[in-house]
Amino acid sequence: MRITQGTFSFLPDLTDEQIRAQVAYCLARGWAVSVEHTDDPHPRNTYWEMFGLPMFGLRDTAGVMAELERARGTFPDRYIKINAFDSTRGVESMRLSFIVNRPAREPGFALVREEAAGRAIRYTIRSYAADRPEGERYR
Amino acid sequence: MSTPADRSLDDTDPATGDPSVDQGAVLTDPGVEELLSTLDAELVGLVPVKTRIREIAALLTVEKLRAQVGLSAGPPSLHMSFTGDPGTGKTTIASRMAEILHRLGYSRKGHLVAVTRDDLVGQFIGHTAPKTREVIKRAMGGVLFIDEAYYLYRPENERDYGQEAIEILLQVMESQRDDLVVILAGYRDRMDRFFQSNPGMRSRIAHHVDFPDYTSDELFDIAQLMLDQMQYRLSERGASALVEYIALRREQPDFANARSIRNALDRSRLRQAKRLMAQRGAALTREALMTIEAEDIRASRVFRGGLEGGT
Repeated sequence: MRITQGTFSFLPDLTDEQIRAQVAYCLARGWAVSVEHTDDPHPRNTYWEMFGLPMFGLRDTAGVMAELERARGTFPDRYIKINAFDSTRGVESMRLSFIVNRPAREPGFALVREEAAGRAIRYTIRSYAADRPEGERYR
Repeated sequence: MSTPADRSLDDTDPATGDPSVDQGAVLTDPGVEELLSTLDAELVGLVPVKTRIREIAALLTVEKLRAQVGLSAGPPSLHMSFTGDPGTGKTTIASRMAEILHRLGYSRKGHLVAVTRDDLVGQFIGHTAPKTREVIKRAMGGVLFIDEAYYLYRPENERDYGQEAIEILLQVMESQRDDLVVILAGYRDRMDRFFQSNPGMRSRIAHHVDFPDYTSDELFDIAQLMLDQMQYRLSERGASALVEYIALRREQPDFANARSIRNALDRSRLRQAKRLMAQRGAALTREALMTIEAEDIRASRVFRGGLEGGT
């Protein structure tokens, strides 16, 4: 099951050329681009691990693309996303965030039913990948 | 049937059938020629450096023309080393170089990131690589100018982290030639020693440019240019005082070419201001506010047989 999250979640995965164009847009706006990764595919998992520090003061996309290549080399089977942070006073938050790398096989989610008080049933989802400890998922 | 607009796209030489190339367009269109002539006009002296820059610009232009007719020698290596005494214009030329490369299309953004050892080398194990990479990422698409590059290599300490920065730099200089131009700068003899101990660095740098010292006349011209920019001028006696000043200052220790001249002028401005304040009551004309007199220059320690550093 293909996980989607962030700005272009309704589109097919972006090619490197398209990623570069998006990054160029971010840099032209003066946003700081950062790379993050995770192997926990839960939709509520919004705090991913940072891959290096956010890149402030960049002028050209080549720096971001090199960093992304390094991230892909280190974590080929994890989700990787690119974030753009706007430091303008009063905004100071992410403006753009999209997935740029995903594992080859995404096993999807199980529906979990929990018996609650009375005869109530609570539903939640659980990723098959998350059955294994962190770092061993998607191998 | 072709209109002028589409003729420029597929212009073929009627004699040979080869696509002909509009050399004038490449030379004039990006304003490179204009940039080179402002370089000539605004920077005094430095003839060998200017010649070298013209050569590089010509090479890059020809390379572009060759690419238009389908000839390719691969992307040219543009890394440079600038060697010369202090105050000979290495940083100034580097920022001009960034602009020239940008106009020629060999540098996407044409900005200059000037760093020294402190910006590249970390304080502890594992600190250097991220620090160097961050600087490199900022310089991507432009020019990375490393001042006093020989400090990166400290042979007396074999665990020095500078070596790590050099290795990362070498790797990027080789693999991301299209993204980054590296310019190393420093004093001549120490740079020579640096290259001797880092043959990898030497072989990756295509252009070694040597900055000669300025002659006294050139220094005087530089002083005139600086004063023009600051909207001051020398009185006639002030000019002859400055000529004497330059001749004396050259012989004294810690002479840093144009930088010494700039410092000297800054100090004469101070003295001029003091002199004007002292003539209380007299009306200050525009002329008086602009003029630096001989006494403003002659008050320097340089005329009293030397100095203990500075001035």
